[in-house]
Amino acid sequence: MELLSLAIRSIFVENILLAYFLGMCSYLAVSKKVSTAFGLGVAVIFVLTLTTPLNWAIHEFFLKQGSLVWTGMPALAAMDLSFLNFICFIAVIAATVQIVEMFIDKTSQKLYTALGIFLPLITVNCAILGSSLFMVEREYDFAQTLVFGASSGVGFFLAIMSMASIRHKLRYSNVPEGLRGLGITMLTTGLIAMAFMAFSGM
Amino acid sequence: MVEEIQEPLLSAKNKKAFTDPFSENNPITIQVLGVCSALAVTAQLKPSLVMGIAVMAVLAGSNVVISSIRKLIPNKVRIIVEMTVVASLVILVDQVLKAYAFDVSKQLSVFVGLIITNCIVLGRLEAFAMGNKPWASLLDGLGNGLGYAWVLAIVGLFREVLGSGSVLGYKLFGDIYKAGYVDNGLMVLAPGAFILLGLLIWVQRTLSHYVED
Repeated sequence: MELLSLAIRSIFVENILLAYFLGMCSYLAVSKKVSTAFGLGVAVIFVLTLTTPLNWAIHEFFLKQGSLVWTGMPALAAMDLSFLNFICFIAVIAATVQIVEMFIDKTSQKLYTALGIFLPLITVNCAILGSSLFMVEREYDFAQTLVFGASSGVGFFLAIMSMASIRHKLRYSNVPEGLRGLGITMLTTGLIAMAFMAFSGM
Repeated sequence: MVEEIQEPLLSAKNKKAFTDPFSENNPITIQVLGVCSALAVTAQLKPSLVMGIAVMAVLAGSNVVISSIRKLIPNKVRIIVEMTVVASLVILVDQVLKAYAFDVSKQLSVFVGLIITNCIVLGRLEAFAMGNKPWASLLDGLGNGLGYAWVLAIVGLFREVLGSGSVLGYKLFGDIYKAGYVDNGLMVLAPGAFILLGLLIWVQRTLSHYVED
């Protein structure tokens, strides 16, 4: 039950994109067409579900203060390596994305052509690294991390799909010159964010 | 080495690399890079300024490092190398912030770490530092950092004045509240950030006559 409410909170109320602004770059760049937005959205769900628990394990068993107790060496047990979080997390993300890409390439050619070009983009998507850092800051346990990672991905998917659909319609409207493209997208995102805020009472 | 002697330190090309990002080629409003942090940390002016300086430091530092080793980096693994350099610099910035400005560092929370994935940094490394000399790359890094910082400062200023009625924590409208003036709470929240940046982009693009198709 607690996990369900965490899932709903991270999909709607604290949407990773609309409330924390993570993943804006790819959101703005890839939301021009519905089909590409779908591809990126699915890829983000996939990678987030994998990397957030993986980074949790690394933080829990290697980097956190007192996490090296299992080695049995007192000198190591007292060590606090959490300042290495950033560099380890980004390495894990880059490596996972690479492995996933090769795996999909070997197993399913159809999925590869659909997701292929988006996977390298994901390494530098702040939503991925951001979820890992939030997971550390909020001290989630393993189950919570898994749910948080997956539902953050779903939240991103929802946001980018709705934006792509709106931009599809926007093409036929007469937008002032300086506002075209990025400007009107920002204003629309503001309105979507306002709509998502209505969930916060739930 | 001969070329470097012939080229003056502030040649026209270098000057352009430094000043272009202020307006014509601004990283946020025109190149659409690094928007995440521009929205997330700007609820108040102080964290916006600190974030601007932090990004400028990382950008200039990584531009110089990558540009000096650009001929040694194999093309295939260059993203990983760039990420490692950037991540190390961000760790440095994070530790400095924690030591000397702990409250701001708490306020910025995960967004200091997210400088690693800030698209401006990787974008400038790929587009400029991989093909230019260290000095020009330093200017390019500083220029883009400043271009980023001023947008952050303006968004931060407006959001703090309109949302909390203060500048850097000093209250502005003491007696006006009695006349019925109310702070616009929306400005502090996420939608306010989106709308304010959207309007700023509109103004900036109209002034520099940039039209996206």
